[in-house]
Amino acid sequence: MSDHAHLADHGHDDHIHPEPTNFLAKYVFSMDHKIIGIQFLFSGLIMYAVGGALAMSVRWQLAWPWKPVPILSGLWADYGYRMPPEYYNKLFTMHATVMIFFVIIPLLTGAFGNFLIPLMIGARDMAFPKLNMYSYWAMWPAIVLMSLSFFTPGGSAEAGWTSYPTLSTFRWSTPGSLDGQTLWLMALLFAGVSSLMGSINYITTIIMLRAPGMKMFRMPMTVWAMFITALLQAFALPVLTAALIMQLLDRTIGTNFFAPANWMVANAGNVVGGGQTLLFQHLFWFYSHPAVYIMILPGMGMVSDILSTFSRKPLFGYKPMVFSISAIAGLGFIVWGHHMFQSGMNPALGATFMLSTMMIALPSAIKTFNWLGTMWGGRIQFTTAMLNAIGFVAMFVIGGLSGIFMAATPVDMHIHDTYFIVGHIHYVLFGGSVFAIFAGISYWFPKIFGRMMNDRLGKIHFALSFIFFNGTFFLMHIIGMHGHPRRIADPTVYEFLRGSGVVGMNQFMTINAMLLGLTQLFFIYNFFHSLFFGPKAPANPWHANTLEWACPSPPPYYNFLKIPTVYRMAYEYSADEVAPLDYWPQDQPGKSDTAEVHSGAH
Amino acid sequence: MKTDRLWALLFAFSAIFATGSFIYSRNNADWWLLPNVSSMGREIDHLFIIILVITGVVFIATQIVLCYAIWTFADAPGRKAHYVHGQMKLEVIWTIIPASILVFLALYQMGTWSKIKFRSSLPKVQPVAEVTGRQFQWMFRYAGDDRRLHTDDDILTINDFHFVMGEPTIIHLKSQDVLHSFFLPQFRIKQDAVPGLTIPVWFDSDTAGKFELVCAELCGWGHYKMRGNVTVHANQVDFEAWLKKTKTEQDRDQLALVNAVNGG
Ligand code: HEM
Ligand SMILES: [Cu+2]
Ligand SMILES: [Cu+2]
Repeated sequence: MSDHAHLADHGHDDHIHPEPTNFLAKYVFSMDHKIIGIQFLFSGLIMYAVGGALAMSVRWQLAWPWKPVPILSGLWADYGYRMPPEYYNKLFTMHATVMIFFVIIPLLTGAFGNFLIPLMIGARDMAFPKLNMYSYWAMWPAIVLMSLSFFTPGGSAEAGWTSYPTLSTFRWSTPGSLDGQTLWLMALLFAGVSSLMGSINYITTIIMLRAPGMKMFRMPMTVWAMFITALLQAFALPVLTAALIMQLLDRTIGTNFFAPANWMVANAGNVVGGGQTLLFQHLFWFYSHPAVYIMILPGMGMVSDILSTFSRKPLFGYKPMVFSISAIAGLGFIVWGHHMFQSGMNPALGATFMLSTMMIALPSAIKTFNWLGTMWGGRIQFTTAMLNAIGFVAMFVIGGLSGIFMAATPVDMHIHDTYFIVGHIHYVLFGGSVFAIFAGISYWFPKIFGRMMNDRLGKIHFALSFIFFNGTFFLMHIIGMHGHPRRIADPTVYEFLRGSGVVGMNQFMTINAMLLGLTQLFFIYNFFHSLFFGPKAPANPWHANTLEWACPSPPPYYNFLKIPTVYRMAYEYSADEVAPLDYWPQDQPGKSDTAEVHSGAH
Repeated sequence: MKTDRLWALLFAFSAIFATGSFIYSRNNADWWLLPNVSSMGREIDHLFIIILVITGVVFIATQIVLCYAIWTFADAPGRKAHYVHGQMKLEVIWTIIPASILVFLALYQMGTWSKIKFRSSLPKVQPVAEVTGRQFQWMFRYAGDDRRLHTDDDILTINDFHFVMGEPTIIHLKSQDVLHSFFLPQFRIKQDAVPGLTIPVWFDSDTAGKFELVCAELCGWGHYKMRGNVTVHANQVDFEAWLKKTKTEQDRDQLALVNAVNGG
């Protein structure tokens, strides 16, 4: 593969701009990718706490329907301290919205993408630092609008994170479809703009600013994953944006994109109509299926690097790994219909979507086998980061396998919109993405903040999170196959859900969820204590190969005093040439690319 | 550290918990698949079990490999990692085998899927009722003596669905306002009701008795209580008797209503 990276002149040594000196320019409206990454990290973690609190209120209601919720119940003194049913719908709607759009996407792409991409490719900053700053600050209108929506008449949106019309388009259909839904749409538009600006920046940076010698096929998996993720975002987000604007127009100026003819809600007058309700679902999932991969690919990349570092072994099957994330991204655009098998979409179309969906499980399987191959025969060091990465692999397997049940259209007929789906979602998004985020934070904390985290506290946090996570979510598959619908405020309305087995399971899951929430206190304490009092971190505490470890911890403004030259790929661990050292950083001269000789040649 | 390999136990524990909870739940009527009463439900359960077995084997195998690796390859004095970048043969094997399984699984579903949902496989019978979802109830419209819908002698019920055992049954599913979903968990049937569309749904039952109808698609603040009763009659005679009785009640109520309006 030909390589022009070294031609990009942004990397040249004489190009260092002076560091801004005033506080605002340095820490608030910063254009430094590292500060922006840290900003995304903090706002993501704060929103994670918000989303977690919402989740626990949801769980409370499911375990003990209509019993006063601790703390919150004061809000509902007029209703005998019971949660009104529409409030339950608001809680799960906002929980999912916050977690997806304000926690996982901003943490993975915003925080890690920003911090790591320039460092890992040997660049001084992003290609468009100002765009990068805008991308962070576009998040704030989103957060403010979303928070405001709780205080409008009717309260926040309550049509689910999927926000299907006509529930979401007709103002009187439910209290949250008053102004709350409008604010929700506007907030998501801002969040989308933020992601779009980020992704354009990442793509350009990775293509243009790689250090000399950093060929595409020498890039670490983290960078590959961020690159593919950015492509997914750039191509899928415009479609979501269009869908959100169409819904906004339906709600405000009376267009009828999603309203059929002669239809009405709550006995209000007929609507002229002429639109198609299902159209929104197609547009929404055309973005949101790729979006679920946006939420996992960066995690896969980070986990690949962490597994290799702490197995002290080259990543197994680097090229198959790259090809499989590319395949996931490609196939990701032709599987959206699997969310609509029971929607009234033509069932013949469902059959084709089933085939493509089954095929998308394949690259995930290949990746899993390669991760196991990476650990196999290694010299595994059990750091907090490594444990979280292994947790990711173990849990992602469950999420991938449960996907196969739902890909099978007839089986999906039974489990669609039940707790089985909720189980699947959480195994991929908590078991996958969130464990990857914890792995990433533990791994790069020394680089980001220049101090070490406490390993013992980290391990306690991991072990308890892992146990309570399984306790909270695994049994959802079982009540789901029993038929427990998702998104219902009171399961005991149904006779088949009134048995002590179902009620008991719901309570068991809720108790585990509360404990899972409490466990996060270990993380919060560890994070902040280490931030101020942790031991100073050396430049390369894990003896890793990638370029970010070549600069001091934390890296200085403009990262590299001298742009490094890259001699080989990132995974030369335990190579004989450098023994007794068991790592061989990418920027250390020496014989180059044993990898090209080895890979695939066995 | 020597004790590091003990982490394998944590991962083994979660795998055992997962596998065990599926095995254990089989014996509890509150947990396993509800007893099935329809012919397509039987096929769906069969497909479910096949996927459960295949994914179960894959799951157990990967978890064993993972735990074994943690146990065996944990760092210890004198251990050296095996320097290897990959293996083409392995990559080919673990691409082709899962690919074949997945393609098989996809093709294996097609028969059941087309039989249940394709328009072309709808049984050639008159629909028993028109079902309309609206916030937050199910409305059922049965044909009266003229056997035609939308005439004066239609019989209307709310949240009360009746049909006959052993016969292919069709409903026409509609929504008046927002999305709903017609879900019969004991029959494994689910179909969204979509504003502006009329969707035929067919199913049958091999058991007479009472069942539940669930709304499975979020439809607003009262979604959780949008529940219907389902009664499967043992034969056509029973069903028609119920229809007649309901019609009589409906006429009486209507008369009372007319009288009340005139009197007031
Ligand atoms: C191994 C490959 C996977 C397959 C075959 C698969 C399959 C599916 C299918 C068929 C559905 C629709 C189920 C239904 O509504 O009836 C679904 C839902 C979902 N999947 Fe996956 N999935 C896979 C991986 C993932 C990953 C990696 C993520 C995210 C990180 C993810 C996140 C979700 C979410 C969030 C939903 C639910 C959306 C909603 O209705 O709210 N899936 N998946
Ligand atoms: Cu999807
Ligand atoms: Cu509903």
